[in-house]
Amino acid sequence: MPGGYAGKFLDVDLTKRRVKDTTFDDETLEMFFGGRGLAAKILWDRLGKKWSDVDGLSPENIFLALTGPMTAIYPGARIMCSGKSPVSNGVVGSTAATEFASEIKMAGYDGVIVTGKADEPVYIQVTDEGGEIRPAKHLWGKVGEETIKTLNREVTAELTKRKPAIGLWKEPGMIYIGPAGENLVRNAAVMTKLCHAAGYGGYGSVMGSKNLKAIVAKGRGTLPKVSAPEAVKLLWKKTHEHLQGQTRMRRWGTGYAGYTVGAETSSEPVKNWQEEWHDDKNMGGPRFENKFWVKKKWADFNCTTNCMKVSCIKNGKWKGDITDLPDYELQAYCGTNLGIFDPADNIHMSALIDNLGHSGINGPNTMGFAAELYQRGILTEKDFGFKPVWGDAESMTKLAWLIAKREKIGDVLAEGTYRAAIKIAKMKKMDPEELLKYAVHVKGIEIGAHGTRSDADYTHDIAYAASVQGGDHTSTAVDGYTDMSGSVFTDSAVFCNFCYYGVPQELVFDYAKAITGFPITQESWRRVTGPRIVTLQKVLLLLGGPDVTWEPIKDDDNPPRFYEPLPSGPFKGKTTDKAKVDEKLQTYFATLGWDNKGIPTKETLKKLGLSDCESAMKKLRA
Amino acid sequence: MSKPIWIARDYAACSGCKRCELACSMKFEGWMWPEASRVRVFMPFPGVEVPHLCTQCKDYPCVASCPVDALSVDPVTTAVIVDTEKCISCSKCIKACPGTVPFLHPASNKAVICNLCNGDPECVKVCVEAGYNALTVVAEGPNVNKKLFSRHPVEVAKDLAVFFFGEKGEEVI
Repeated sequence: MPGGYAGKFLDVDLTKRRVKDTTFDDETLEMFFGGRGLAAKILWDRLGKKWSDVDGLSPENIFLALTGPMTAIYPGARIMCSGKSPVSNGVVGSTAATEFASEIKMAGYDGVIVTGKADEPVYIQVTDEGGEIRPAKHLWGKVGEETIKTLNREVTAELTKRKPAIGLWKEPGMIYIGPAGENLVRNAAVMTKLCHAAGYGGYGSVMGSKNLKAIVAKGRGTLPKVSAPEAVKLLWKKTHEHLQGQTRMRRWGTGYAGYTVGAETSSEPVKNWQEEWHDDKNMGGPRFENKFWVKKKWADFNCTTNCMKVSCIKNGKWKGDITDLPDYELQAYCGTNLGIFDPADNIHMSALIDNLGHSGINGPNTMGFAAELYQRGILTEKDFGFKPVWGDAESMTKLAWLIAKREKIGDVLAEGTYRAAIKIAKMKKMDPEELLKYAVHVKGIEIGAHGTRSDADYTHDIAYAASVQGGDHTSTAVDGYTDMSGSVFTDSAVFCNFCYYGVPQELVFDYAKAITGFPITQESWRRVTGPRIVTLQKVLLLLGGPDVTWEPIKDDDNPPRFYEPLPSGPFKGKTTDKAKVDEKLQTYFATLGWDNKGIPTKETLKKLGLSDCESAMKKLRA
Repeated sequence: MSKPIWIARDYAACSGCKRCELACSMKFEGWMWPEASRVRVFMPFPGVEVPHLCTQCKDYPCVASCPVDALSVDPVTTAVIVDTEKCISCSKCIKACPGTVPFLHPASNKAVICNLCNGDPECVKVCVEAGYNALTVVAEGPNVNKKLFSRHPVEVAKDLAVFFFGEKGEEVI
């Protein structure tokens, strides 16, 4: 067994209510590493042949919660959630920072593989004694806060009952879904720690479709043994020295960007991306920090970047709402994108969306889309039962609940922005293109809060268009080379990007080598391992289905809105350069060894050890 | 640097990074093993983190409770020292502790109690180095009733939740 792996995965069949341990051979682990890479491999092996027929929300789909070999041992522990995405119909590696990741490793497992569907709500408990399926009827319908409280009490009491003599049991780590995931809101998140989410990909609804409310983990073992322990201990110290030098991130996180990104880089969604600029200083960081930050240094397991800050509203109409900063993404999506520029309203919306388990980026993207349709008279008060007005947190609160409960037009909006656009067009007897103009997504995945039009943010032309994870702002495409050692790597090693950027790359890859013993370098990830993982993701994304299959090239593009000229601000008139997108897309494909339609070539598949994908790709090339 | 010391705790300053657990276990177990760490950080609700470790009560109820004299007090640092050869895993020290601080080691099943690293605690080093100062070393002073700090971590967390979240804090744990 290479270092860093606990050595086994929990394989759960909820239909048959059976749990067993599964292992992967060393070669598979070296080739696909863990997390996102291993997820693509597991999904290809188990579902590849019938991929286009597998409905993401059917019992056939597989829900994966995987760590990687570096999880918890390298700073910034996260869990990677995956499966066939009910949103993109491909594979997304979606990560969240959580003690669930360290706890499951200490329980002796590298992850959980869940198939089937339970006949009633359940949760899975993973301890040193193995996996168990436990009833969760009493948790169904509960929001995040209540779920955490109940599970902390219940699991701790149960473990104490089993081993009362050992002293206090620490609370378990957990991932769970809220009402949005339960009600199969297609782009719902897998939640953890109240306000942390694996948001992209819609894996909250995959859990919901399996009647799986939560997975909890509590381990008493060591973190996995590594290949070169003394080197790892030294690298651990060195890495933390670098992280502790990141003053800006440590002091403010991304909590000051709600004003800065909007005003300075003009790449922040305002009212469903009708604008990307604002000069509302209420969204300035100090207004959040001075009034609401109750804990200014909040970290996850083995992290000293501590980019999180805990916010709480202690008086007024949103009294008792708790969330993190909010971070930039939610300042944008639960704020400016809904026309909200008041910090308390923004914190409230973030806390609400998190409690509902409705991915803080993707859910409010759909809400903004709906509000624009109302603004344009396409949807009316009758569709909603109220007026969704820009900037009005009361009506936006109603809208969030409407979607989470799938009531009225919420039932359609719960399909996510792209599918909702198609459905509403049908309802209103309109041309779908008329509505897709306002749908800001790539391959069904609503785009993170960084636009491409100003070209002043880190997201340029093909950032989303070429990405196998569509609108995911944490995993954007660059050139098919440098991005192969970015989040493709961190999502497979499974640790936080904010414990990665700013640390010398040689140090991180030495760390990876010292943990696993694999001959890993940045170069090997850029040339082989990264391309292997992304190519396999691309294969599955191209296969798509059953309800939507993306068209090569045509769908490898930005949404129409990203080609409208910016209407305001310092970058007024600027827009994404379509010619450049087309040109760079071809370069991107060529670098990765894909043909001019973005389909991996036979030679590339062979070179990457993915020859078993050839027959499926051959059909597409014809 | 053996001298009487005490680890002061500032719960509100704890980031929850749990590096104290990693540093402690690396020193005493040779590898990262949070559940064998002499300091354990409880988080009964997100954001509410409580580092939990021995406070060296003046009357040492744990030492008094031990039926086999496996526990003793270091005359210099004042830390409780566990003689694992003698320990019979009876859990009496755990029950005697007002904060239920000691626990049985996940592998050896022997009592685990902070020994103050002979006066230079690893947990404090990493906490201070990161600028959190949730754990700091102070010279022992007669006006500190150390036993007040020996309290069930969930009880501490309940207070802390009110401190952070006001009225809402009363219901989250």
